[in-house]
Amino acid sequence: MIDVDDERGLAHPPATVDATLDLLGRHDYVADRKLATAVFLALKLSRPLFLEGEAGVGKTEIANVLAAGLSRPLVRLQCYEGLDTAAAVYEWNYPRQMIEIRLAEAAGNVERGELAHDIFTTRFLLRRPLLQALSPDDGAPPVLLIDELDRADEPFEAYLLEVLSDYQVTIPELGTIRAATPPVVVITSNRTREIHDAIKRRCLYHWVDYPDAARELAIVRRKCPAVPESLAREIVAFTQRLRALDLFKSPGVAETLDWAEALVALDRITLDPQTVADTLGALLKYQDDVGAITPEVAAKLVREAQSA
Amino acid sequence: MIDAAPYAAVAPTGGLRPNAFLDALPRGRLVENVMHFVRILRAAGLPVGPAKVLDALAAVEAIGVSHRDDFRAALAAVLVSRREHQPVFEQAFALFWRNPRLLERMLAALLPKVEGRARAPDELPARLAQAMLPPAPGIRETGDEETDLDAAFSFSAREVLQHKDFASMTSDELAQAKALLRAMKLPLPRVRVRRTVAAPRGHAIDLRATLRRSIGAGGALTPLRFRTRRRRPPPLCVLCDISGSMDRYARMLLHFLHAVTNDRHRVHVLTFGTRLTNITRHLRHRDVDVALSRVAEAVEDWAGGTRIGRCLHEFNFRWSRRLLGQNAVVLLISDGLDADAGDGLAFEAERLAKSCARLVWLNPLLRYAGFEARPAGIRAILPHVDDFLPAHNLETLTDLAHALSRPPARDPAPALGA
Repeated sequence: MIDVDDERGLAHPPATVDATLDLLGRHDYVADRKLATAVFLALKLSRPLFLEGEAGVGKTEIANVLAAGLSRPLVRLQCYEGLDTAAAVYEWNYPRQMIEIRLAEAAGNVERGELAHDIFTTRFLLRRPLLQALSPDDGAPPVLLIDELDRADEPFEAYLLEVLSDYQVTIPELGTIRAATPPVVVITSNRTREIHDAIKRRCLYHWVDYPDAARELAIVRRKCPAVPESLAREIVAFTQRLRALDLFKSPGVAETLDWAEALVALDRITLDPQTVADTLGALLKYQDDVGAITPEVAAKLVREAQSA
Repeated sequence: MIDAAPYAAVAPTGGLRPNAFLDALPRGRLVENVMHFVRILRAAGLPVGPAKVLDALAAVEAIGVSHRDDFRAALAAVLVSRREHQPVFEQAFALFWRNPRLLERMLAALLPKVEGRARAPDELPARLAQAMLPPAPGIRETGDEETDLDAAFSFSAREVLQHKDFASMTSDELAQAKALLRAMKLPLPRVRVRRTVAAPRGHAIDLRATLRRSIGAGGALTPLRFRTRRRRPPPLCVLCDISGSMDRYARMLLHFLHAVTNDRHRVHVLTFGTRLTNITRHLRHRDVDVALSRVAEAVEDWAGGTRIGRCLHEFNFRWSRRLLGQNAVVLLISDGLDADAGDGLAFEAERLAKSCARLVWLNPLLRYAGFEARPAGIRAILPHVDDFLPAHNLETLTDLAHALSRPPARDPAPALGA
């Protein structure tokens, strides 16, 4: 069924938005049409896809699914404060370089210019995720996931500009390395701070929202087939109502799935206030929020969810 | 042909060709006029140094004065270096190079009581108008260093309350505000970040630098190079109360906030009265007049009531996780007089304090010697702040800088929202 490019064994990117929806659906990702459109455009125009949204709405999963769907390797770069080129792009293999110097000394032919030339070659280069994505080993352009960019600091963002606009990195000792075929780039952010406009300008932007009830039900069915249909409906109706409350952190889809699995593990086939109270920790991760769901509120929500 | 302009007052040009007109012009007067024009632009806030006069004269000489548009474009090319300054330049140009008597008329227009039928030029920024006037004798002498904020508001209270038009701020006040701002740099103690920088006495070996040095020495052993963790100012988040009771201070402090916002990265400013408004983007505009008029447009609850508890709640829910990462410092500017009488305020203040590395409260009410934390709102917030400081005149604001450069009272524990 998958359309395959014969020469390199790569799957063709989908030709339409519907094909994109289909591709995502085949890998158990139930996307809405807006997201599928953004993904389609990102693939079609070879632009990075910038996904922003609350935690647990399936931003990272998009990259996984794209890698699987397009049968490309996934290169993941998890961002954190202080992420530098040594961890993100490349580093020289210093121990090997030192051994090389010693060997050259032992052989008795140490000539400075030549030594520097020999030491700084790709043989001694440790390739980190960004470089791996730009010059993959087997030549197949991977899916590059730059996860939680908001956790990195501004200097790294500035560095990314070159990577994202020209798909190239510069190593002073070697020169500029440019991707033969640009990788598929997916950037995610939890919005713990604003990403600079210069980055966003180079990307296609999509805000990943919580799914509506129908889509969330489809996700639960797809991801947790062990959950009985009636329970799945109650779970989705309950979490949808929970999100309408004034909570510090509304449960994401990931929490819904966790909760569904927790209820199955407890052999529940229907919701009741006591079970909700016992398992609320799977949905809500702040004490203030757990405290806000009093037994009365829980009972009311359960009633509403069951009559929905 | 430039119509009239200061030249007309200078040289009866008769039937001369335009370029001959330039040659025939008494050079001293053109030079003088250009110099005067540059001075006016400078007074209006454009960064044009004395060197620009020479450049402007060279440009005028190269382009001639035969076409008004070319002449203006030539001056603009030299004297305008930022897009934000273009409108100020255009207005100044239109005024200065059109009619030599305009200044006098403008003078009249600024004094509507004397000349009843003259309409004030509304579209003209007051600071530009003032830049064109000679400094009135005696005014500068009174506005000396000891002026506090109360005295700095020399314009009529009516205007402040009714229009809230920041463009009506005059040059004198702006100059005073700028002097104030220079004294109000915020030297927050730098915090260590995870990024490293080369340092002779660093704690980690810089293998790359060491090896490079070693290769330079032909592979010989060389002294190790080191790196250490960099330090940088923490992110700053300002919550500024703009309710009725805070109005006079908020107006002044917005100038300060504009300077801080454009001074460095990672500064966010929100205003609150009855609602919370993020004005960071509006303040980012380099020109303080434009920035503040955008703020005035964006903020809808000027000089209204205060619901501190509700606004802090909204901040905690919507913004704290986005703005308070990486050991942020929060500057709360408020008199703490809350319409809701502190209802739920203590809880929100505590949450805010726990979400940031340091909570600093600037309260203009502290100017009263016998200040007591009597109002409910103040008593609710006070237990949770790390620093409680006054902010009502130059002296206290200078102290603020000292107070903030001290390390925070509490342990810089990892922030809740980070």
